[in-house]
Amino acid sequence: MAKTKFLVSRYDAARDTKPYLQEFRLEIPQGATLLDCINLIKWTQDGTLTYRMSCRSAICGSCSMKVNGHARLACKTQAADVVIDGAVTIEPMGNLPLIRDLAVDLEPFFDSIDRVKPYLVPDESRQWKREMLQSHDDYRKIEDASTCIMCASCWSDCNVLEVDPRFLGPAALAKAQRFVHDSRDSDTIGRIEFLSRVTGMWDCTHCAECATRCPTDAKPLFRIKELRTAAMTHKITNNNGARHVLAFRESVGGTVPGIGGGMLNENYIPVRSVGFFNLDGILSIIPVGVRMIIRGKNPPILPHIIDKFGEVRAMFRRFNDYRKEYRK
Amino acid sequence: MRKHDVVIVGAGLAGLRAALELAGKVDVAVVSKVYPSRSHSGAAQGGVAAAMANESDDSPELHMYDTVKGSDYLGDQDAIEIMTHDAPITITEMEHLGCVFSRDAEGRIAQREFGGHSKPRACYAADRTGHAMLHTLYEQSFKYKKDITFYNEWYLLDLIYQDGSARGIVAMDMKTGDIEVIHAKAVLFGTGGYGRAYKITSNAFANTGDGIMAAYRAGLPLEDMEFVQFHPTGLYQQGILMSEAARGEGGYLLNGNMERFMERYAKSRMELAPRDIVSRAEQSEINEGRGAGPNKDYIYIDLRHLGREKILEKLPQIRQLAIDFLGVDCIDNPIPIQPTAHYSMGGIPASKDCEVYSDEKGTIVKGFYAAGECSCISVHGANRLGTNSLLDATVFGRRAGKSILNYLVGAKHEPVNEAEEKRKARKRIDDLLYTPSTESANNIRNELKEAMTTNVGVYRDKERLAAAHKKLKELQQRFTKVRVEDKGKVFNTEIIEALELANMLAYSELIIAGAEARTESRGAHARVDYPTRDDVNWMKHTMVSAGADGAIQLKYKPVVVTKHQPEERKY
Ligand SMILES: Cc1cc2nc3c(=O)[nH]c(=O)nc-3n(C[C@H](O)[C@H](O)[C@H](O)COP(=O)(O)OP(=O)(O)OC[C@H]3O[C@@H](n4cnc5c(N)ncnc54)[C@H](O)[C@@H]3O)c2cc1C
Ligand code: SF4
Ligand code: SF4
Ligand code: FES
Repeated sequence: MAKTKFLVSRYDAARDTKPYLQEFRLEIPQGATLLDCINLIKWTQDGTLTYRMSCRSAICGSCSMKVNGHARLACKTQAADVVIDGAVTIEPMGNLPLIRDLAVDLEPFFDSIDRVKPYLVPDESRQWKREMLQSHDDYRKIEDASTCIMCASCWSDCNVLEVDPRFLGPAALAKAQRFVHDSRDSDTIGRIEFLSRVTGMWDCTHCAECATRCPTDAKPLFRIKELRTAAMTHKITNNNGARHVLAFRESVGGTVPGIGGGMLNENYIPVRSVGFFNLDGILSIIPVGVRMIIRGKNPPILPHIIDKFGEVRAMFRRFNDYRKEYRK
Repeated sequence: MRKHDVVIVGAGLAGLRAALELAGKVDVAVVSKVYPSRSHSGAAQGGVAAAMANESDDSPELHMYDTVKGSDYLGDQDAIEIMTHDAPITITEMEHLGCVFSRDAEGRIAQREFGGHSKPRACYAADRTGHAMLHTLYEQSFKYKKDITFYNEWYLLDLIYQDGSARGIVAMDMKTGDIEVIHAKAVLFGTGGYGRAYKITSNAFANTGDGIMAAYRAGLPLEDMEFVQFHPTGLYQQGILMSEAARGEGGYLLNGNMERFMERYAKSRMELAPRDIVSRAEQSEINEGRGAGPNKDYIYIDLRHLGREKILEKLPQIRQLAIDFLGVDCIDNPIPIQPTAHYSMGGIPASKDCEVYSDEKGTIVKGFYAAGECSCISVHGANRLGTNSLLDATVFGRRAGKSILNYLVGAKHEPVNEAEEKRKARKRIDDLLYTPSTESANNIRNELKEAMTTNVGVYRDKERLAAAHKKLKELQQRFTKVRVEDKGKVFNTEIIEALELANMLAYSELIIAGAEARTESRGAHARVDYPTRDDVNWMKHTMVSAGADGAIQLKYKPVVVTKHQPEERKY
């Protein structure tokens, strides 16, 4: 069998000014995972190659790295599956400071988890004698989020984090969903309020990178959607993100006379999102329109039937948030 | 020099549970070579035993009996009694801390069957129980972040032990390569198991027995090292675990002729006999030419009859593992498996309050504690029952915390010679870095694993053990000339791997020494040349330590028998 080219990102602060790709050649053994291959390179070709790994069974979350540009667990990837034209490119995860080669500094990631109060806040009056009861259905609401292995793949590839490092990020939001929907937790409202702030659940642009990269059922995007639904259900709507959704609903559902009805009035939504009486806010969205025109995405003056609008929406809202946040 | 009241090495279930007990009460630090959430506890799949009696009329007494019998009567019954009686409250607490357990129809923690347990006793979270429990404790560590200092990605090099007391540790900060002393009044090891010396193993790369070897190098004994559990269902050639829950939920084991061969070995419990028995049955089928596959060297676990729905709900993770690693979907096909090195029954001898013993007479080391898989409190004896080790780690992690709190009353920081401790550790590393080197660590590691799997595996005999011993001596010799290319300080994983390999080479010899001496078959230690259990001569624990000249010394201590006299083990 022909040898495969492994283009591996190398960086050693003691020596290099910036990362570069080094080429290794290796014949991929039958059935080998990508981690097996990287180990073989380290153990037989270059002992200085640096990366993390431990369980080699996709449960500890150590071995996430960018493979051909996207984060994935090296131990869960059959090497042969990621070879493109005889080569595979391996780089460190994104959105995290580099330590060496493929090892990144994970502190920003774990700090994000810390921010969402990632532990159960049970009712203090509960009985200690037995377990708290939880129905199977309630268990199912938190099961998916609970499978997160903290690998940071989602964080690595999240588009919002690329531009806004203050964003809570997908894994922390998934973690938060696990508590917001935990029937045993007593801080549901407090959590949703916190998550509704700028840098929280409404900052996600629904790009779906996280759900695509996540190696478990945690799939943050879906958890974020559940959080947003919870915010709506609990009427925690006094924020741009939630108002945007309300406006959207009105526009599409036509609950406001003269607007919408299966139509999407894009000129109305941003205004509604920042609040009718929020003059600052309304002024702040004008440049959004300008930017959209530049990108060829200006909203038509007349309402049109909904098609692909997620991206446009997201741009509006994020831009607003930025303006507001930075003015503070 | 850094200073804390307590330093805990290990952030698995044992270490984190102890930290939680101490948080806010004393100044506690946790040192771990991987981020806490990456500790090997997270890989545990099937369940955690506790007589919650949710699905049956179970009791801690029955749990105790099953465990004693499962241990092939080598378990210390006083410790087992404590573990099984503490189990329900410990699991209830875990639930209150937020652990996501699967539920039964009434909303209580669901429980299922497991090998060697006579009642459905395994509490579980689908097939990722260890993950659910580890992450629960990790979550709590955020709650107590002000009270616990975490040294993540710090590698334990040495235990500081002097004149009968433990005084701290020497560790390396992997991010900087700096060697530091952490001075403490009490030290707890929760450093996990040592299954990594085998070629076919379910263990993480991290399970290299660093903690036990630090204790051994400090001059302390280790107990029952020869008892290494082989789990019956490791993925073929990978060793990756297919949880016993697969059999607990009704999976069959089939040989190459597609027969449920367990009928011949354990007629009443069938696939749910204890692990030592099932692994031997599989190995016998393979040895006698009834294995499956072109080389007749594996067995099948067949889940097809469970149906898609049950597999997806109860065993999603193992389904995914078989797909990822072997390309087999167990909904449509049986999965090729073989016995895999899995659990270390042996370890650092400790009392039921986790105090470490410095000899076979029961002398206690001041300020040194051990809990979880690295310890040998001997609740598992010669063979651990599935789901008893998550329990062991949690129950004794909790007890260790309480026990340390008691100890700290009036305890002080005993003096340590920081410069000298650092110098010794530095020298060990420099010897690896700067001596003329010709040997490949990779070759040594591969040969070690091969030797251990072939000659110190499910079945053992005098010749094979002797061959392995000889090989070990050769490998240890070659290791003195091992090559470490990476001279860098920052995140030097090559040096860490070399240190781990040194540990593996050292403890493997201890496993072999214990196994050579033990001329009987008990639990996981099966000698072809001594096929029966010998209670007259061998109902005792092995205590291995380094003599003055460094040579291996074997001593023994009696088993604690309280309620259950040894009987023949039938299933
Ligand atoms: C695949 C698999 C499945 C299992 N399934 C089950 C099950 O279903 N039920 C059950 O009861 N048991 C199960 N077990 C066994 C059980 O998981 C372990 O025995 C238990 O989790 C051990 O916990 P621990 O806290 O002692 O150690 P671990 O969780 O292994 O933690 C060890 C800790 O020590 C640290 N450490 C080690 N060396 C160093 C060093 N040199 N420097 C710094 N830190 C160090 C590590 O970083 C880690 O934090 C399973 C085991 C495996 C391998
Ligand atoms: S869907 Fe949201 S959280 Fe997920 S990657 Fe995209 S922006 Fe980030
Ligand atoms: S949500 Fe998924 S991708 Fe993100 S850290 Fe958790 S397991 Fe990894
Ligand atoms: S090594 Fe643990 S997830 Fe890959």
